[in-house]
Amino acid sequence: MASALAHIGKKEGTFNMGIKVRVPTAITRGATGSDNLDLAVANLPELLVKLESLYPGVKASLLDEKGNLNRFVNIYVNDEDIRFLGGDKYQFQEGDEVLLIPSIAGGAY
Amino acid sequence: MSYVTGLKCRECGKDYPIAPRVVCDCIAPLEIMYDVAGWKRDLTREKIASRPPNMWRYRELLPLSNDPTVSLNVGYTPLVNAPRLAKAIGCRKLWIKNDAVNSPTLSFKDRVVAVALNKAIEFGFKIIACASTGNLANAVAAHSAAAGLQAYVFIPEDLEEAKIIGSAVYGAKVVKIRGNYDQVNRLCSQIAGEHGWGFVNVNLRAFYAEGSKTLAYEVAEQLGWRLPDQVVVPMAGGSLITRVGKAFDELTEIGLVEGKPYILYGAQATGCSPITTATKAGHREIEPQRPSTIARSLAIGNPADGYYATGAIMASGGAGEDVSDPEVVAGMKLLAETEGILGETAAGVTVAVAQKLLASGRMNPDAETVLCVTGNGLKTLDALQNQLDLGLTIRPRLEEFEEQVLNAVQASVPVAVS
Repeated sequence: MASALAHIGKKEGTFNMGIKVRVPTAITRGATGSDNLDLAVANLPELLVKLESLYPGVKASLLDEKGNLNRFVNIYVNDEDIRFLGGDKYQFQEGDEVLLIPSIAGGAY
Repeated sequence: MSYVTGLKCRECGKDYPIAPRVVCDCIAPLEIMYDVAGWKRDLTREKIASRPPNMWRYRELLPLSNDPTVSLNVGYTPLVNAPRLAKAIGCRKLWIKNDAVNSPTLSFKDRVVAVALNKAIEFGFKIIACASTGNLANAVAAHSAAAGLQAYVFIPEDLEEAKIIGSAVYGAKVVKIRGNYDQVNRLCSQIAGEHGWGFVNVNLRAFYAEGSKTLAYEVAEQLGWRLPDQVVVPMAGGSLITRVGKAFDELTEIGLVEGKPYILYGAQATGCSPITTATKAGHREIEPQRPSTIARSLAIGNPADGYYATGAIMASGGAGEDVSDPEVVAGMKLLAETEGILGETAAGVTVAVAQKLLASGRMNPDAETVLCVTGNGLKTLDALQNQLDLGLTIRPRLEEFEEQVLNAVQASVPVAVS
């Protein structure tokens, strides 16, 4: 599924890549755990558009008023925080595994 | 009788009933709401003072629905007058809140876990878990054992051996993750979402974090129901410093102390300083970092409460400062040599940051100051490896003692003998 979609839709010199996205319950608001999605998108802004179509209203909770990623959500590509990879500018690679995690846990000091 | 009324989103204000919930629908964190009028009606200094010396003397101010049933002997650690350290770092009146001797696991984390465990029991969780840099793992393991609950602790694989052994000994399942704390934390967020375990710092976090307030309640009570002028707090996730301020504000609102301004100073190691980097730049937003410091209990590169920690520091008129690893070790040694307190690396961070803030004139040397020592140096002895004079070895002969030890002493120090 993912690979079949991978090269459809050239946009501004970028290719949509088949990626796997894990969406937590906090975002799916589903009763039973997270969703695993196979999507074909080129970058983070496109991923957010796609997620909004799947979970209406989610974009408002993922982005702040300026359109930047909300401080309370972390997005990881494979093992790396997407902010370390260039954020919006990062172009997804075929087979990337993307995780959305609310930044709630953490030490208590 | 419970004084907790619900959960509220810290950003959008949406209300939720009391339940193990990770975040608001808007993904922002949740805060406990209390019956403040009930506090004002029912709480007095005398009532609190009549109770045993542990953190539950403030139980109305904690988010339990029932009286605590486990982890009963936690907190009420000494507030130590520290004149020799005060002189060494150049301030007039200095206290050390010494959670290095907290019970049962020698760190501040006993407080937060005590609340989380009781709440987990109220919610009916059978498995207790945490993502930890070590101290929390020790506390979760010990408190769970005493409560008869199974614990799983998730830690970075490169932690100090004392902290790994100090979790496993209680029968906890230790899961070592190939990665840093932020990666451990990420995995635990996923597990909590999928498997319904009680993660003290994920789905029990809103309750757990409230346990931190007891440190500050104690400081105020031990000062004779007064607030100090300034407090220096070590920061990892950034939660404690926000709860110190919250606790002081609550005591003021209830009327248990007279309200006065207090200043919060946040301390980090330079090798992991996302919060102090933000305050120095004059903004609240946190840029995540990749931690590299010997102060591993503070090595959280993406602090969950960083945004609130910077807010608390700035609102109080305080500052954030960070220190290098050699300064951390020097801080540990200074605390031990002047006050006889062996704090962990995080304590070295706190002492060294206080020293730096005083030396640069950013902290008032005449104001009454409290340093929070949150963990015990016996767990981080490896930081002192090759940093101390461990003495010389002699044969059991008086001549050798006189030649090698006594002569050396007399050569260096004028000895007053009659």
